[in-house]
Amino acid sequence: MHAYANPTRFLSLARPLTLWFLVVGILLIGCGSIYGLLYAPADRLMGDSVRILYIHVPTVWLAMGGWTAIAIASIVQIAWRHPLAAVAARAVAVPGALFTALGLITGSIWARPTWGTWWVWDGRVTSVLVLFFLYLAYIALASASGEKGGVSRVTAIFGIVGAINIPIINRSVIWWNSLHQKASITVSGSSIDTAFLWPLAINVIGFSLVFGAIVLMRMRGILAETKVEARLKRMAAE
Amino acid sequence: MKAKHQRLTLAVLALVALLGAGLLAAFALQDQANYFYTPSDIVAKKPAAGKAIRLGGMVEEGSIRHDTDGVTVNFIVQDGTAQQAVIYTGITPDLFVEGSGVVADGKLTSDGVFVADSLLAKHDENYIPRELEGIDMTGNMTKTDTLVE
Repeated sequence: MHAYANPTRFLSLARPLTLWFLVVGILLIGCGSIYGLLYAPADRLMGDSVRILYIHVPTVWLAMGGWTAIAIASIVQIAWRHPLAAVAARAVAVPGALFTALGLITGSIWARPTWGTWWVWDGRVTSVLVLFFLYLAYIALASASGEKGGVSRVTAIFGIVGAINIPIINRSVIWWNSLHQKASITVSGSSIDTAFLWPLAINVIGFSLVFGAIVLMRMRGILAETKVEARLKRMAAE
Repeated sequence: MKAKHQRLTLAVLALVALLGAGLLAAFALQDQANYFYTPSDIVAKKPAAGKAIRLGGMVEEGSIRHDTDGVTVNFIVQDGTAQQAVIYTGITPDLFVEGSGVVADGKLTSDGVFVADSLLAKHDENYIPRELEGIDMTGNMTKTDTLVE
């Protein structure tokens, strides 16, 4: 693992991986969405509005997965001082915020016909909104620190502190009476019928690959920027 | 101990302490963070008549009764232990059916009836295709009432 902490080695691996992630991811999202929107059955109560599940679940899963990645990268940055870890954390923040927003928007569109309202302040919805604000704060902190390439240690600490919200989001529907339903897929099985489960699984993998591709692209961009800056400095010094 | 190990231990300890603190705080919030009260909560701690509260539970099977004016509906919300009679005037959500979850904003009258100003339907975690409705799928879905613990 340490071998790939070297930016040059990382780049030689990231370049082909970006393309593969992107191509396979888009293909899977295409298949999953067409299957989900056109061929999967309607739900017994929700009718066709169940189909937003195929976008809502993957985006929220990545919103939470994104912050988990930021927290892990932040610990690696603080413990091992790997510059690449900081670059990775920074690269996750913007797509993470975007996917959180998409999760909130798709949830809201689903809630209108299902619950009868666009928005409620229940435990689940509110804690995901907090996650969105945490992302915005992280992005602001990362760009304010002026660190080249990666992020400052304060930002990394914020990344670790913010991780507290992830188990709260997960448990919010268990601890509190909430309007949002409990988890359908747990270790003991799924209460989603297999007819819905297939397109969902395909889309979750597809969205995850595209998310990975975006993160790799942003990491390469940040590394390239650092390189340009270093070169300009050297030229100015000569 | 190497410096990096020391930093790792510190970071992990900090994370564990934070998670512990956060979870404790969230857990302590329990009552305040509830989105609604269940009929049992109302029995245990009866709110003053006229105070705005939110009631949640399952619509009891066979309890929905429509008034002759066509827009007023009477039903009973239950959580397995307690029941609460509710009256609502307005258009009900599509998912408002007997046996399903419901969350109502409103207040208790002095005679103990809950007058709802708005109704929200709650969807449970079971997703079942229309074609399979009514087929026994015990192996595939949880039968328990999921709205109330």
